[in-house]
Parts: sequence; C-alpha cells; structure tokens
Amino acid sequence: MVAAQLRLSRLVSPTLSRHLLLALGAAVLLLLLSAQIGAYDDYQLTAVAIFAVATAGLTLLTGLNGQLSLGHGALMAVGAYTTSLLLKDHQLAVVVVLLVSVLSTGLIGIVFGYAAARLRGPYLAGATLTLAVALPQVATRYKNIFGGEEGLTVTPTAPPAWLGADFPPERWLAWIALAAAVVTILLLANLLRSSAGRAFKAVRDNEAAAALAGIDVARTQVLAFVISASCAGLAGALFAYWSGVTAPAGFSLSLSLQLVTAIVIGGLGSLAGAVWGSVVLVFVPALTSGMASSLNLPSSIANNLPLAIYGAILVIAMLMVPYGIQGALTRILKIGRTRWGRSPASGNKGVVDWDDPAADP
Amino acid sequence: MAVGCVVGLLAACGNSTSSTNNSGTNTASAPGITATTITIGSTQPLTGPAAPGYSEIAPASNAYFQYLNAHGGIFGRKITYNYVDDGYNPTITASQTRKLVLQDKVFAIFSALGTPTHLAVADYLNTEKVPDLFVSSGCNCWNDVSKYPNTFGWQPDYTIEGKVLGQYIKQSLSGKKVGYFFQNDEFGLDGVKGLDDQLGASSIASRQNYVPTNTNVGPQIAALQASGAQVVVSFTIPAFTALALLTAAKLGYHPTWVVSNVGSDVPTLTGLLTTFSKGAVGGQLLGGLVTDTYLPLISDSSNPWIKLFKGIHDQYISSLPWDGNVLYGMADAYTLAQAFKAAGRNPTRSSFVKSLESAKLSNGPGLAPFGYSSTNHLGYLGVQVATIGADGTETTAGPVFTSSDSGPISQYGGSASSPPANGIP
Repeated sequence: MVAAQLRLSRLVSPTLSRHLLLALGAAVLLLLLSAQIGAYDDYQLTAVAIFAVATAGLTLLTGLNGQLSLGHGALMAVGAYTTSLLLKDHQLAVVVVLLVSVLSTGLIGIVFGYAAARLRGPYLAGATLTLAVALPQVATRYKNIFGGEEGLTVTPTAPPAWLGADFPPERWLAWIALAAAVVTILLLANLLRSSAGRAFKAVRDNEAAAALAGIDVARTQVLAFVISASCAGLAGALFAYWSGVTAPAGFSLSLSLQLVTAIVIGGLGSLAGAVWGSVVLVFVPALTSGMASSLNLPSSIANNLPLAIYGAILVIAMLMVPYGIQGALTRILKIGRTRWGRSPASGNKGVVDWDDPAADP
Repeated sequence: MAVGCVVGLLAACGNSTSSTNNSGTNTASAPGITATTITIGSTQPLTGPAAPGYSEIAPASNAYFQYLNAHGGIFGRKITYNYVDDGYNPTITASQTRKLVLQDKVFAIFSALGTPTHLAVADYLNTEKVPDLFVSSGCNCWNDVSKYPNTFGWQPDYTIEGKVLGQYIKQSLSGKKVGYFFQNDEFGLDGVKGLDDQLGASSIASRQNYVPTNTNVGPQIAALQASGAQVVVSFTIPAFTALALLTAAKLGYHPTWVVSNVGSDVPTLTGLLTTFSKGAVGGQLLGGLVTDTYLPLISDSSNPWIKLFKGIHDQYISSLPWDGNVLYGMADAYTLAQAFKAAGRNPTRSSFVKSLESAKLSNGPGLAPFGYSSTNHLGYLGVQVATIGADGTETTAGPVFTSSDSGPISQYGGSASSPPANGIP
C-alpha cells in the first residue's frame, strides 16, 4: 500500500515534471530551429541528435557506472544492420524499425553485459575493444546476408503527405532523430534520479561499499550495460537512415573511440556533456577541413591536415578544460553566482546535483 | 579552326552537330551553373587504404580544368571542381555527397571514386536527379538505366576487361593452368565473370580472394602455388598487386601474372614494391606482367594526347608523379568538357543527361569508343592488352577489342584520334 502510494507519487514527482517541462521546451526550440535552417544544416543536426543518443547511453555506462566501453561503435552497427535487414524486403514504420533495433541491440547488450560485469579496468576496455574490431568483420564474412564491404543500402523515410510535397526529407529525418534524442535523454535523466541511478553511481564510486549497502553489483552493471547498448542500438538505427548505407567501414574502431572522445570532451558523467560532445563530433571536423583547404598547401599535407588539426584541438581542449565543456560551463556559472551573491543550488537545497561533474567529490 | 571556335564564342560553332541552342547569352540555367561558372563535386580517397595512387586522380582532373579555364572555359564558363576526401569509407561518402549537393549546390557529381563508396550514394543522387557522371570504377552497376537514369560509367567495366584478358590467355598462354586472385567485391567478382566466360569456370585450378582490410595474402598465394597454376589473373588494387607479387617472390613462386588495369600502373607499383620490401626489390618484379589499357600508354611520348596531358601535368601539378592515375584524371576531365560542350550553352540537369545519351561523343584520348546511349550508360567499351618488359616499359600487344557484358568480343577497327590544337573540345 505504502509502496503503491510511493510509486504513484514518483510518477508526478517534481523531478519528473521538471524534466518533462525541459524536454518539451527543448523539443519546441529544436523544431523551430530545424524549420529555419537549410536542408544540409538539418542533415547535420540529425547527426548531432544521433550521436547524442549514443553518447548519452555511453555516459550512463562510463561516466556514471564506471565501465569503460570501447565497443559502442560495434553496438551501433548491430542497430544499423538490424534496421537495414528489416528494410531490405519490407516497408515498415520508422517507430517499429527503431524499436526492433533497440531490442536486438539490447539482447546483444545482455550477453556482453554479463561478460563485462566480470571484468575491470583495462580488461573490460580490452574485451569491448574486441567487439569493436571483430563485429564489423562478421559483415564481410557473411557477405550474402550483410552485403560485405559494400554493405546494405537503406531506403530513406519519405516525409508524410500532410507535410506537403516540397517538405525536405532531411528535415523529416531531423525531426525523427531529435525526437528520439529528447525522449532518450528524458528517460535517462529520470532514471539517474531514481534508486537505480543512485545504485549506478554507488557501484562506480566503491563496489564494496555499494555491496554492503545491499546493492547487487553485478546486476547493476549488467543493467547499465543493457540500457547503454539499447541507446547505441537506437543511434545505430537512426544512423542507417541518415547515411543511407550500412557498411562495416562506417562502424570501425574509430567510431567507438569518437564516442568516448565526445563524452570526455563534453564533460564526463553529465548528459548535457554528452550533447556538447556530439556537437563537437559533428562540427569540428567540418571546420578543420574548411581550414585545411583554405591554406593552399601541397596535397600530401592538405589531405591529412584536417585530422591533425582535429587531434590538436582535442588535446588543447583537454589541457584547458579537463572537466569538459559542461564542467567548464558549470564552473563559469558558479563563479557568476558567487559574484552576484546568489548561493549555489538555491533552488534545491540539500540535494547533491549528481549530473554536475564539478559537484562530484 | 578549334581556336577560332573558342575565340569567337558567340559565333555559332558546332551548330551542325547539336540540336541545342548554342547562341545567346549565358544564364544560371541549373543548380551549380551561373553565367560565368560551372561547379561540380566529387568524393575521392585522398586518405586511407585506397589513397596511394588514386589520390592523384582528382588533382589531375583539376589541373585539366585549370588549363581549360585559362583557355576560355566552356561557353565562357569556368569550371570549379570541388573534390572532398571520403577516406574510401561509404559512410563518409554518404555525408560528403549530401554536403556537395545540399550545401555546395554542385551541378553534378563527377568521377566519384570507388565501388563500395559510390554504391552508397547512387540511389540518393538519382532520387535528387543530380547527374552522376563518369564514376571512377569499372563496376557494371553504373550501367543500369532504369534504376540509375542519371548515373554514367566511364572506364571499361571489369567484365569486359576480364573477357579480353581471358581471350588473351586462351590464345597466347594456351595449355597453361590458370588460377585467380581477386578482391572479394563487385570489382573482383565482375572481373571473374568475364574471365570465366572465356576460360570456362571448370578449368580454373584455384580461386583465391582477399578483402582490402586484411593485408596478409600469404595463405592465398600459397594455395595458388600448391594448385600448380602457371598463370595467375589478379583483379586487385595496386597495394594488393604489390603484396601478391612480393609474397609469391618470397615463396619462390613465379607464375605469369595477368593484372587488371586498375592494379597495374607501373610507377605506382614500383613505388609500393620498394616501400613494402624496404628497398629490397622494386620494379624488376613487374617484368613479364600482362595487363590491359584503354588509354594511350604514359610512356608513349610521341602520342599527341600524352604530349598534351604531360604538358598540363608539368605546368600545373609537377609535384605529382607522371603516372597512370594522372592520365586517368585528365582523360576523364576531357570527357566531361566534351559532354558540357555537347550539352549546349545553357543546360539543365535533365537536358545534360539527355544530351550525353544522344551526342555520340568522340572517343577522345580513349582507344575504344564510348557506349553512351539511352539504353547504355557504359563508358569505354574495350581495351587493348599490354605487356611489361623486364626494364619496366609497357608495350601494347594486338588490336583493341570491344565487347559488352553478354555479347561477343569483336576487334575495333576505328583509328586513334588527335586532340584539337588548343587541347580543349
């Protein structure tokens, strides 16, 4: 009885209503933004949303549960290949395709999560690294099913008729991806404020202490892995629609490393940081290739310069803002608050802001 | 006469050969076309596994366009060539192609390189009705008029190449045991289809394949050696031709190598062999190798096309080696200039495609004619066999043969053409 009342009150808790309001605000803003910009900007916005889904899931696993995964690119491949295989011979609604992709990747996540829960530190990183290296090879080995190096092409989703004949398909896909990103981040933010979320962090900070407090460490780790894998699956499915092709080269080790880079640059352990990281992943390479081509250098140098500049920017960023973009923003806000005499976290007294990396011990 | 045409742009040269209206003033008739410029785009492997050699193609095309622009352009318009790196990764090709179409608003995609990479965007380009011209790949997938009405190939498809090489083996290397070594994708499989057509699938001693991501070809070469194959036909990209030759040399295996055109450029292979063996061997491994060509040989300095392109190379891109990739890039740029010339003063995307199907372009630097028509989007229809001597010089052998994927092989009787005096169509 008491439990039922608690559950009911949790449904309409202030946290949920705050998150819902934020999500709704973000959705409206993004909708307005997507309608203002050109088709290629919509296409890039879609990429940001896709990476945000994947990095939000990875943040949960690495930033908040302390399990480092170098194999999330491969989990995205599972989602992408599920989508491509579903769409190969059938015309299915986007929602159905996305859900099936989430489920299939979640299943792989259970298998891998159990293995991962037994491993620590570099061993876990090594195991997930194998996933990133080996899984794309399956596609070349079973060419008849997965299409080998050429991969599988994906039929794009046409915008519904009521949007008009001239509605750009890029904008329609942006809407789908943004909706997926907002829902994913809303669900994750809510989860992190729940007892499950507190268990994740307790396991990350001290496994022995968490176990003494009655938390099943292994189960918590598997759960984190499965949720994180499902997010990667959703991102992979959207990625398949976005690029129009699912090929092993698209899901190489470098994709997995890019995702880890994004959550570190964005601010480890914060969902907002995951979004910042995704923005960096999409826009900085575009910026550097523009810079390189404007310099008029010999082709052997100019061809490799964008990657070099990208690397340099990441190194400098890590040296200057070690807590990532979100960490830096939080610090700036804090300095502002003390200067103008407002006490930090005045809105929710006594609550430690777990999403705030600067507030972590 | 040709100079006169360029100088007197407004004089209606070529009216007799074209039904389009060439007189009047330039207008912004299509996306990517203004009164003074034509913007085209391309995705190229400037970095990554396919970059050695192939990264020279786009700069070479661009050098030809610079030359063209300096000599008056096409109907007074200058060509802007916007080529971007995709690292031979289909996913990057997909996003970069959308950037070229949606943001840079190119008129057409030109010479986009690679089979797996370009298959990723062929659907998209045709949905958007963007002309997809002269794909740098010999996959016969580009010749699918109903599925890809805006896509055109350029180099001879790998099946035709396989058939002509197969015929050569049947006639000149008869009685020898034949084995295959090929890339396990459309490139290798198309080539094998053509070879089997001539040699008979059951007579092949051993069929070995590789994927470009695995550089260990030891097991495959050992299997070919064990099968007793005396001739090995190799449908490989340059890096894997070099790896196969080196591995075979290490095993003391010396068959007659027959290598497809894309994997047989002598300067590129010599460089790769030297690098891979850390200087132990070089071009001497290429002696006796059989290949084929559809363009004049780069070493044939008396050929007027080679003179023209070598001159442009020396003037604009002298830092790049003079090799088959540079020749390729210039030759397909020349074809594009021909196509723009034929499409008339103010083309739209669809009128350009129609014109290419009906214009019957002359074969330019190519040894065989183009196949372009409303039912055929193949480029050059044939090849000539060539052999590489012990000193590394390539010489052509026998006549030019043309064919199609299913038709018979026939000898081409046409004669080689000469470039216009000023080098632009």
